Parts: sequence; C-alpha cells; structure tokens
Amino acid sequence: MDSNKDIWVLGDYRNYFQNRVTLQILARAVDIASSTGGTVCAIVFGHNVDEYVKEYIAHGAQKVYLFDNPALQAYSLETYSWLLAWLANEYQPETLLVGATRFGQEMAPRVAKKLKTGLTADCIDLELDEKGLLVQVAPSFGGNLIAKIITPVQRPQMATIRPGTFQELAHDYEAKGEVVSLPLPKNLPKDKIRLVSSEHRPPKKQKIENADIVICGGRGMGSKGKFKKLFDLAKHMNAEVGATRPVVYSEWVSHDALVGQAGKNIKPRILFSFGISGAIQHTAAITESSFIVSVNKNPNATMMKMADVAIVADANQVCLGIIKALKEKLRA
Amino acid sequence: MVSQLPWDSKTGILKRELAQAMMDPASRRALEAALQIKEKQSAHICAITMGPPMAEEILHQAKALGADEGVLLTDQRMAGADTFLTSQILATFIQREKSELHLVLCGSQTSDSETAQVGPQLAQDLDIPSLGYVSLVEVKEKTVRVHRHVDDFVEIMEMDLPGLITIDLSAYNPRYLALEGVEQAFENPDIRIVNAKKLGLDDNFNALKDSPTRIIEVFSPTTQKESRVLKGSVKKIVDLLFEDYGKVISGAMGKDLKTHEHGEDQ
Ligand SMILES: Cc1cc2nc3c(=O)[nH]c(=O)nc-3n(C[C@H](O)[C@H](O)[C@H](O)COP(=O)(O)OP(=O)(O)OC[C@H]3O[C@@H](n4cnc5c(N)ncnc54)[C@H](O)[C@@H]3O)c2cc1C
Ligand SMILES: Nc1ncnc2c1ncn2[C@@H]1O[C@H](COP(=O)(O)O)[C@@H](O)[C@H]1O
Repeated sequence: MDSNKDIWVLGDYRNYFQNRVTLQILARAVDIASSTGGTVCAIVFGHNVDEYVKEYIAHGAQKVYLFDNPALQAYSLETYSWLLAWLANEYQPETLLVGATRFGQEMAPRVAKKLKTGLTADCIDLELDEKGLLVQVAPSFGGNLIAKIITPVQRPQMATIRPGTFQELAHDYEAKGEVVSLPLPKNLPKDKIRLVSSEHRPPKKQKIENADIVICGGRGMGSKGKFKKLFDLAKHMNAEVGATRPVVYSEWVSHDALVGQAGKNIKPRILFSFGISGAIQHTAAITESSFIVSVNKNPNATMMKMADVAIVADANQVCLGIIKALKEKLRA
Repeated sequence: MVSQLPWDSKTGILKRELAQAMMDPASRRALEAALQIKEKQSAHICAITMGPPMAEEILHQAKALGADEGVLLTDQRMAGADTFLTSQILATFIQREKSELHLVLCGSQTSDSETAQVGPQLAQDLDIPSLGYVSLVEVKEKTVRVHRHVDDFVEIMEMDLPGLITIDLSAYNPRYLALEGVEQAFENPDIRIVNAKKLGLDDNFNALKDSPTRIIEVFSPTTQKESRVLKGSVKKIVDLLFEDYGKVISGAMGKDLKTHEHGEDQ
C-alpha cells in the first residue's frame, strides 16, 4: 500500500464537554508529525458540526475531512465505519487514531478489519521507533503488564487511545486549517441499525469522588463477608468505600463503588487500599490521592510501590486492627 | 507477579493454555443472554471457542448450562492469533457451517486480553451489523431490539438480523452451574473439534506469522515512590501507623484521636 505520512484523528465530538479525547490525541499527533512529517488531519462526520471543525483546527488539526449531511446527524456505527474506511482507502493515511470511548472502541475494530490492518486497543502512550514506526503502548494481561506493539507492514497503523492520556494543546483560534468537505459516496450502504431513542445521562457526582478518606478494597479481602468489615472501618473514619472490578463483579458491593477507569476517579486526602494489586485501570483513577496506605500480603504489588505507607500483612487482620484501635481512640 | 503470569516473556505471547480452563466472565454473560432468549422462543444455541485443546472443558460447561452444541476450533497453527485472526478464524467456521445463523452473542471483553475487538471484528468478517455493550436483548422475527448505556447515553436501538451483539459486563448475571450438570456433560462428550485443515484454512496459515500487529516488548509498570514499609504483628503495625501518621489520619477524619492511650489499655 502506498501511503503518505498523514496522521488522522477521528473527531469524536459527542459528549464534548465531558470527553476531550479528540483534542488530546490531536496534541500528540502534532508532536509525532513534527518528527515524521505529514499532515495532522481530523475526520468529522455529522450535521451542522462547524463548531467542532473549528475546535479541531484551533487544537492542532491542519486539515479536516468533513462529511456534513443530515443523514449523519446521529452517531451511526455502521455508516461512520463505512465512511472512515472509504476515506482511508481514498487518501491512504500512515496512521489512524481513535479515542477509546465506547463508540471508538466499537468502531475502530470494524474499520481496521475493513482496511485489513492491525489495531491496538486502549493505548496509554504512543512513541516512535528509530524507523519512524508508531510504537503503540497498551496495557495487557488485565493491566498488570504493558506491551509495546507495532504494525510493521499494513497501513494505516491504527490504535485507540485512552481518554486522559495526552494533554490537549492550548487553543489557537487564529490557526488556519484546510477543510475538505465531501459529498456522501453514492454507494454508501443503507444502515442496518436504527436509533429508537437516546437520552443523555451524564454521570452524577458521587460522594466518593469528593471524600477526604476513601477505603478501597480488592480481591485480597477474600469474601463478601470480610469485605463488609471495610464499611465498619469507613463508619469510624467518616470515609467512603471503593472497590476494584473483581469485587464489583463478585457482587461483594454495588457497581457504584467501582474506582478506576471504568468507574470513579477519587482524590482523597488519605486512601486506604486493602488487598489490591494495583492494575493500571484501577490506579489511573487514584493518582490524585494525597496520601496512600496500602495493605497487601505481597510487598511487590504495584499498589504497594505507589503507597506512602506499605503494610505487608493480611488485609482483613489490619482492617480489624485499625477498627479496634479507632474504637479505643475515639472513646474519649 | 510477572513470572506467575501465563505469559512467555521471550515471545510475548499469552500462554492461554496455562490459564485455567474457565469460561471468561464476559462470555458467560453472553451465554446467559442466549439461554434467556431460548427460554422465551425456540432457538438452537451453538457455543464456539477457539483455543488450546483444554478449552474443551469450557464447552462442557456451556453444554451443562444449556447450550445445544459445542465446537472447539483448535490447532497449533492458530496459537498466538491476535484479535484480527481470532475473529477471522471464528468467522470462517461460522460462514462454512452456520450460514443460517441469526444472532451472534459475544462478551464485551475477555478478562485476559481485554481488547473488546473480537466481537466487532467478527461482525465485520461476517458482514453483519453489530452493537456492543448491550444490557437487554429482545429478539424479534427479523430484527433485534437492544438497550445499552454507552458514553453517557442511554440508547434503544433496532438492528436487522443476522447481527452480532456483545453483552455488557453489568448485564445478564450468569446462572450458577451445578456440578452434576458438568458431570453429565462429561459423560456425554460430543464436542466437535475442528482443526485448521478441517476449517479449510490455507496450508500456509500461521497465526503468529500472519498477525498484522507485533508485540516488541512487554514490561511491568514501575513506580518510583519511596514507601515506608511496615511489617510484623498486626498490633505493632497498627500502633506504628497511628503513632507516626495519626495526625494525617485525624486531620482527614475531622475528628480528634486520643494518643498514647494504647499502652495503658493493654
Ligand atoms: C478495560 C478495563 C477496564 C477496567 N476498569 C477497571 C476499573 O475501573 N477499576 C478496577 O479496579 N479495575 C478495572 N479493571 C480491572 C483491572 O485490570 C484489575 O483486574 C483489577 O483492578 C484487579 O483488582 P484487585 O486488585 O482487587 O485484584 P487482584 O489483581 O487479584 O489483586 C488482589 C491483591 O490482593 C492481594 N492479597 C490477596 N490476599 C490478601 C490478603 N489476605 N491480605 C492482603 N492482600 C492480599 C494480592 O497480593 C493481590 O495483590 C479493568 C480492566 C480492563 C481491561
Ligand atoms: N478465542 C476465542 N474464541 C471464542 N470467542 C472469543 C475468543 N476470543 C474472544 N472471543 C469473544 O469475544 C469477546 C471479546 O473478546 P476480546 O476482544 O478479546 O476482549 C469474548 O468475550 C468472547 O465472546
């Protein structure tokens, strides 16, 4: 495949104020293009989307490929995938980056398959190797390991990028960009999926997100019964209880308590972490904690390395020990 | 710890055969959705997995839970397939043998590789529409109606059949599998085993070689914080914790804590 050096970024503008992932990726694309050459392009599908086109140009896009049509008003997995693959076949970008929103994660695999190229999911960094190949850095094995992945032959090099990975550039509304507005191709197939209804439901702020003390428990708590003790501890401390994904899936506690990429971000003054290994999907959401106390049998767990105080012991015992001490100290 | 993971650090390939033969929780939910559909209308459930020979056990579990048929796609040459090839292999089988198929259900993401790619890529290979992260499925004659909550939108959609759905990890809590059920399925082990040749894959097919992506390095993330390590008896640890960090803790609690009380209490 004869491809140029262009870096494409899918303009995922739904939920714009909650999710700035497109702008974040544009910033990194600008960086990469400064060493590889090539144009940073944003791809926009929709209707009356000029404001997003302007935003993308103000945040680093040098060119925007735009399909603006009433038929594209609502996000459509089928139609958008078809159009993106069509565009990529037409213009042969070197790299195609998509934000790892749910929509992006559904769409990118289909587009990669249509283009017969590889795809790395949920990247947490992008680098270049000495040959200028895109090194896609992504968590694997449930977040305990990180893999560096390349796409040696096929083009475009495709990756989805986790929101929050890169810092968006300061906007520059003076920046000039070329807008390539295209008519819908005649052979665009009919959509096999119809939207019956859609309701925007932004997440409510939960107490845990603003709590001064959060007590997080993981699989190392052992059982639902033992996990409950964390609520006793929380009561004594005026704290909120959080949990990791295995805990939520085992239904030791409700899904609201999930802390991590798929759940809540927390920024407590103290985080107590009991029986948690420290997978990146969890730790990504706790980096703003001011002080971390971690209890784990395994001193080498990532969570222990992130802690200010790393307690090598049984999580249940320590939980009970702290409850006992607090009872005494609060009895006054 | 890294060494305990079923991961070959030299080749960077996940040694799935070392991971326990347990159906991944996401697929169990997909199977649960299939079982619930079958409770409402007539259906034939075929459970398919591509994996090492020991993955056969997963299919016994599926049958014990109520699947009508189990198919294992296994071959040395399929080992190491990335999502691109996994979906291609699954699609090859489905196209050859299940052309009358109505609905493909997948988990939204497996717990080992967690790419959430196999479902949509399989749909692409089969040239059928797909919808991910679905929490409720209603199958009608020629369409399926689904509910889902993605990117802060609660959506109801209708999709033409045949189609593919991935089931959200919060939906369709899997039913409990009684042990007798598995034993029965083991006594009646009619799992179909299909290798690369029977599947009609090209003689040169080799998943490792053919994957468009290549892992060049695997490492464990490190953090450089200077931690204070406490160990020993729980009593000693807790005492030290309050002695040295009592102020931090009481400050965050917004309550005063008595100090030096501990010794007297004993
Ligand atoms: C796309 C994606 C999104 C995800 N989103 C999230 C998310 O939002 N939040 C989240 O938490 N996870 C998420 N995960 C899962 C994440 O990768 C990890 O699997 C999860 O965080 C691990 O939870 P854990 O630490 O409780 O369990 P484990 O990793 O099993 O760790 C248990 C820990 O407990 C210790 N332990 C065991 N027994 C004891 C004992 N008696 N006393 C003390 N310590 C003990 C062990 O040494 C171990 O370190 C996500 C994964 C993916 C792929
Ligand atoms: N080897 C496989 N055999 C059968 N189904 C698979 C296989 N790998 C993935 N899947 C399906 O695809 C879903 C998502 O997997 P993944 O893309 O790996 O996160 C799983 O829950 C399964 O339903």
